[in-house]
Amino acid sequence: MSVSLRVLDDGAWVSVNDAREVSVSELWRLDDPSFCGCELPDFVVENVLDVGADGRTVSAKVYGQCIACGQTGVPGWVPVGRLREGEFVDIDRERVVLPVRRGDDDE
Amino acid sequence: MPTDVERWKSEVYGNEIREHLLEFAEQGWDTIPEDERDAWFERFKWWGLYHQRNGQESYFMMRIGTPNGVLTPGQTEVVAEVADEYARGPAENPIFGNGYVDWTTRQSIQLHWIKLEDIPEIFEKLESVGLSTQQACGDSWRNIVGCPVAGKDKHEHVDALPVAMELNETFKGNDDHSNLPRKWKVSITGCREGCGQGDINDLALEPATKEIDGEETKGFNIRIGGGLSRNEPRLARDIDVFVTPEQAAEVSGAISALFRDNGDRDNRYNARIKFLMDEWGAEKFRNVLQEEYVDFELETAGDDLRSEYSYNSGYADGGHSDHVGIHEQADGNYYVGLDVLVGRMGVDDTKELARIADEYGSGEVRITQRQNVIITDVPEEKLDALQDEDLLDHYSPDPHPFMRGSIACTGTEFCSLSIVETKNRQVRYARWLKENVELPAGVEDFHIHLSGCTASCAQPQIADISLRGMKTRKDGEPVEALDIGLGGGLGENPNFAEWVTQRVPVDEVPGAIKNLLANFEERREGDETFREFVARTDEEDLAELVEPEETSYEDPMMHNTKRTWYPYADDDSLDASPAPTHGDGTPITSDD
Ligand code: HEM
Ligand code: SF4
Ligand SMILES: [Zn+2]
Repeated sequence: MSVSLRVLDDGAWVSVNDAREVSVSELWRLDDPSFCGCELPDFVVENVLDVGADGRTVSAKVYGQCIACGQTGVPGWVPVGRLREGEFVDIDRERVVLPVRRGDDDE
Repeated sequence: MPTDVERWKSEVYGNEIREHLLEFAEQGWDTIPEDERDAWFERFKWWGLYHQRNGQESYFMMRIGTPNGVLTPGQTEVVAEVADEYARGPAENPIFGNGYVDWTTRQSIQLHWIKLEDIPEIFEKLESVGLSTQQACGDSWRNIVGCPVAGKDKHEHVDALPVAMELNETFKGNDDHSNLPRKWKVSITGCREGCGQGDINDLALEPATKEIDGEETKGFNIRIGGGLSRNEPRLARDIDVFVTPEQAAEVSGAISALFRDNGDRDNRYNARIKFLMDEWGAEKFRNVLQEEYVDFELETAGDDLRSEYSYNSGYADGGHSDHVGIHEQADGNYYVGLDVLVGRMGVDDTKELARIADEYGSGEVRITQRQNVIITDVPEEKLDALQDEDLLDHYSPDPHPFMRGSIACTGTEFCSLSIVETKNRQVRYARWLKENVELPAGVEDFHIHLSGCTASCAQPQIADISLRGMKTRKDGEPVEALDIGLGGGLGENPNFAEWVTQRVPVDEVPGAIKNLLANFEERREGDETFREFVARTDEEDLAELVEPEETSYEDPMMHNTKRTWYPYADDDSLDASPAPTHGDGTPITSDD
């Protein structure tokens, strides 16, 4: 079953199968000390730049900032949900620590 | 690779969207095939409909384009009626009630809670008086802005209103220009004050004089590539071209065609013409325009009037910095500019506005880029009676500076991009500041603009105090916060605010403004304006003068207002949302 993933309204949200699933203004804990030096960056999402699926994991590239230290930028791919039989299953993004995957395309 | 949006646009876009829109309206929101929703909602924007945010599915924001902000006699009443009948939502706003009209920073009108099913009736009503939502959103020529008193102003250089109207006629519904890489914002100014705010538009025509064949000719210089969005603010750049009023449409069309063919369709973040201008520079831009898009030899720029610009300038150099108040027109009548706090007016008040404009003026109403309205054509002998009308107690021609200077965008109430609550918050701020803060002597213009995110719809970067939505933690809890910028403005030497203090919890912002103003008063030299003071003070010192602090101001919306279906509902949780709903407002359930 094919799944459509896209970023819409100028980076306001992630659409999965034409439904709004992930939105800017969420506050994430990232497991990515390389982003700003904070152990677990306290990251507010300001813009979604890209979305993709790797197997069953849906990940997004977002612009935002760590509200503890003010560092702005784009961390690596952040998992935002899972696919189960073509359906999006949310993860509790504002409560769990999200691992960040730095791909080869990251500068 | 072209984006999905470009793919959808290449399939169906422009005028032809209308028939699909009307068909879906006839059959109901839930007949839009589930896997085509993203595509249709993207396309509906071209007809002025913007799907409201998460939790408000099936409700739309509707934008009505009013070229140059002009509502001709009879139109205001219809806007009020449409808002009354169709712009009522499932929950009430505690300050504005249910059913209101937003006057916007681009001299347009926005209504909320619009149901798709009502569109045919709404279009019929609007169109019966010559109003339209065509191209109000989407990737095309947006509402054309300009000096809102064009044709009325006593001192204007040229009357740009006929040019604005000609551009509107030429480029609304024009298939050659209906599918651009991105939005296309045009401003035309003919006055000496700079009220068109050309500097922050994609295409700006600005008043100028040029000697052509020995004759002083009045017309416009052209600037390209301004805009405030996405942390990438740009001032429009001078491309060294002068046009006469007669040439304006042809050359504007050439520039729009250049953008159509050369703008970046692979990356929407890079698509605005400001980025093409970054890449090319003004000289190459002019060369390509001349060689590939215009058949006659373009004139070089004429003498402009920028040194006289006072609008939104933050400088006390004569002229006016907004249109509030009572001013004489060229024909001896008067225009009366009314302050509409954060641009929102309830439907009953909007009906009153229409009645008063009709009774005392010509029936015309104009919208300014500071979210205010103007009643035009009032004979001198009717001014006193007009001022006695109750409506003017709420929408004053002589407001307190904190009321007068406030602008706020839509924010978390309806907008998907937002991070914080905006309009209601700015009302609370303005009221608190008015009660609790003294402005330094002689300061009558003091602009505070609040935007819920970096898209900058409230034009924060060109205010004395710029506020932009953010988050922070307070006592460990996430709360809404604002970045604070200072000293932005237009005028002869426009500049954007410097963001001096980041992530101030929203309940400490009024205290920060209070302290900042006290510090300004203490250090002020003579009668310098706040913007002048900021310009001569270095950034580090400024940051120290802000001093956020809790005060008697209390903010009821500290929590994540985006995590609600509607921030002001009794049960505001996303699960409590009635959306999506049928045309009559009843929830659409899965067994429908
Ligand atoms: C449904 C709510 C809204 C959404 C989703 C929205 C979306 C946007 C976006 C995405 C941008 C930046 C895009 C860009 O310039 O590249 C923008 C900019 C802007 N919008 Fe809105 N907007 C909304 C409401 C408003 C309102 C209420 C106003 C006016 C009061 C407004 C007027 C503007 C203006 C003046 C800009 C400035 C952009 C510039 O000069 O570059 N928008 N809006
Ligand atoms: S500035 Fe941001 S939050 Fe405000 S209306 Fe524009 S897009 Fe929405
Ligand atoms: Zn950090």
